[in-house]
Amino acid sequence: MRITVKLFATFRTDRFKIEEREVPSGTEVGHIVRELGIAESELGIVLVNARHAALDQQLQEGDILSLFPLVGGG
Amino acid sequence: MDKIFRVNMTDLTVKCEEVPPEWLGLGGRGLTSTIVAAEVPPTCHPLGPNNKLVFAPGLLSGTPAAQSGRMSCGAKSPLTGTIKESNSGGTSAQQFARLGIKALIIEGKPGKDCFYNLHINKDGVTIAEETELAGKGNFAVIQKVTERLGKKTGVITIGEAGEMRMAAANISVKDPDHKIRSHGRGGLGAVMGAKQVKFISIDDTDAPGVSIADPEKFKQAARTFAKTMLEHPVSGEGLPTYGTNVLVNVLNEAGGLPTKNFRYGQFEGHDKISGETMHDTIDARGGKTKHGCHSGCIIQCSQVYVDDKGQYLTSGFEYETIWGLGANCCIDVLDDIAKADNIMDDIGVDSIETAVMFGVAMEAGILPFGDGKGVIRLLRDEIGKGTPLGRILGGGAAEVGRVYGQTRVPVVKGQGIPAYDPRSVKGIGITYATSTMGADHTAGYAVATNILGVGGAVDPLKKDGQVELSRNLQIATAAIDSTGMCLFIAFPALDVPECLPALIDLINARFGASLTGDDVTGLGKTILKTEHAFNLAAGFTNKHDRLPEFFSSDPLPPHNVVWDFSEEEIDSFWDF
Repeated sequence: MRITVKLFATFRTDRFKIEEREVPSGTEVGHIVRELGIAESELGIVLVNARHAALDQQLQEGDILSLFPLVGGG
Repeated sequence: MDKIFRVNMTDLTVKCEEVPPEWLGLGGRGLTSTIVAAEVPPTCHPLGPNNKLVFAPGLLSGTPAAQSGRMSCGAKSPLTGTIKESNSGGTSAQQFARLGIKALIIEGKPGKDCFYNLHINKDGVTIAEETELAGKGNFAVIQKVTERLGKKTGVITIGEAGEMRMAAANISVKDPDHKIRSHGRGGLGAVMGAKQVKFISIDDTDAPGVSIADPEKFKQAARTFAKTMLEHPVSGEGLPTYGTNVLVNVLNEAGGLPTKNFRYGQFEGHDKISGETMHDTIDARGGKTKHGCHSGCIIQCSQVYVDDKGQYLTSGFEYETIWGLGANCCIDVLDDIAKADNIMDDIGVDSIETAVMFGVAMEAGILPFGDGKGVIRLLRDEIGKGTPLGRILGGGAAEVGRVYGQTRVPVVKGQGIPAYDPRSVKGIGITYATSTMGADHTAGYAVATNILGVGGAVDPLKKDGQVELSRNLQIATAAIDSTGMCLFIAFPALDVPECLPALIDLINARFGASLTGDDVTGLGKTILKTEHAFNLAAGFTNKHDRLPEFFSSDPLPPHNVVWDFSEEEIDSFWDF
């Protein structure tokens, strides 16, 4: 199935801004994170289709996965 | 010994007083709100002789503790009619603290139609008529005063907007680079203008300095505290790299970035105005991606934004401003937003209020959505010059909405709603509704837990847990606002166990006290209740703790959610 992965802030370094990829059905969010070489401890915000998602959430066709390191502001 | 200065602008006298025992344990917002609540009649006219403008450094300002350089300013707000506290970075808090000034209270109103300046040094405060700089912008004031009195002179100033007593007028503070930080929200610049004080100059040469009761304990606590700042990814890495503007993409992805006057939760042009783009642009053009607003800041969340020739455009280029003129007004040219930010600094208007105002102005057809050049022109030629249209625009978002017969006016208690849509970030919605300050995001920054994953996780799209979250954060924030600490210490404070105890140790070591975490919470609660009581006496009721009607009826894409708290649910905020 096809999903879109969007990376932000320092996660873009040596990676990409936005990419479509073909992944097996039932792939978990955590699997993509590991594939990208991002440590769980670095993760700040994980969104699937604009909603917060757990690492064990299974992705579906057309999902947009957005990953941010720990960032903040005000 | 610390002292209180009272400057009476009616008879142009200055009194130096001992600090009353009940004020000894207070600083920053705790002190300004206590004084305003005690001495300002809640029903007074905010621009009249009975309002008071109070400046107070925080409990830790002037010490070597990192992040401790914030100054609080309080009064009855001409924008909201509520009590108001607004704090600022810059150089003034540390200078006041080193001079032993616990608070400066400006009272009364001059009979003569002219402006004055106040000069503060180790010998006290003097009042003088000011003709040369009346009518000048803030940058010129800072430059001239620095020329007159020396490079290290601190400056607190109002621009043309404050002189004209516009409700969106702010108070500006010289920063270590001679640029500007602001007491932004609530129209405090208009109060200073009503008292006809154009600027306050500060010379802390030979100041007595800040005494610390237990220097060894202080040093240890300061070390631990600083370590937690650097350790936490937000304060230690995210903020210094991308500044607060990193939030454009965060809120856009989460569907909470108010767009086109709060119609949508995502903005097509987000990439052009994002923190990542801003960082790359500054880098390529030779500006500074890291910058602190006061000495002793180790977070360095600010930046210096330059044009394509490397010339200064603005600094302290914040998320709220970029969101407001960017997504909310649909302007996707960062350079135009930067130029506008610079003018807002110069004429002295709150960049949040003014950005929300422009969203309403565009709604009303005064200029088209997306017209960055139009915003610049209106700022410079109408608001800055005080034309009739300029005076309406300078009155803020609610004023423009009223004059132009608009319903889509995003304000609470008359103050413009900041950069997080309450429908899809429900925790911040409770803060907007209930804060004693009007729609204020820093008062209880639920965004941290709703969106950023700091201090736990509370689903931003559901009502569950939001009232409690906002309450806890508002209580904690009121306490932090009394310490002179930058609010961004909240990120490590929420996540790193050593941080808060170190902060309490710092306070105890400074004063020889023995406060506990419960005392800090107690202080926060007391401040909120004091402020709430003032507002009730000023005529506010629970009916004012509400969001505008359209938030309940208009679903916000992409989540298509509405604001759906009941009145009882919101009112339960005050159950403490």
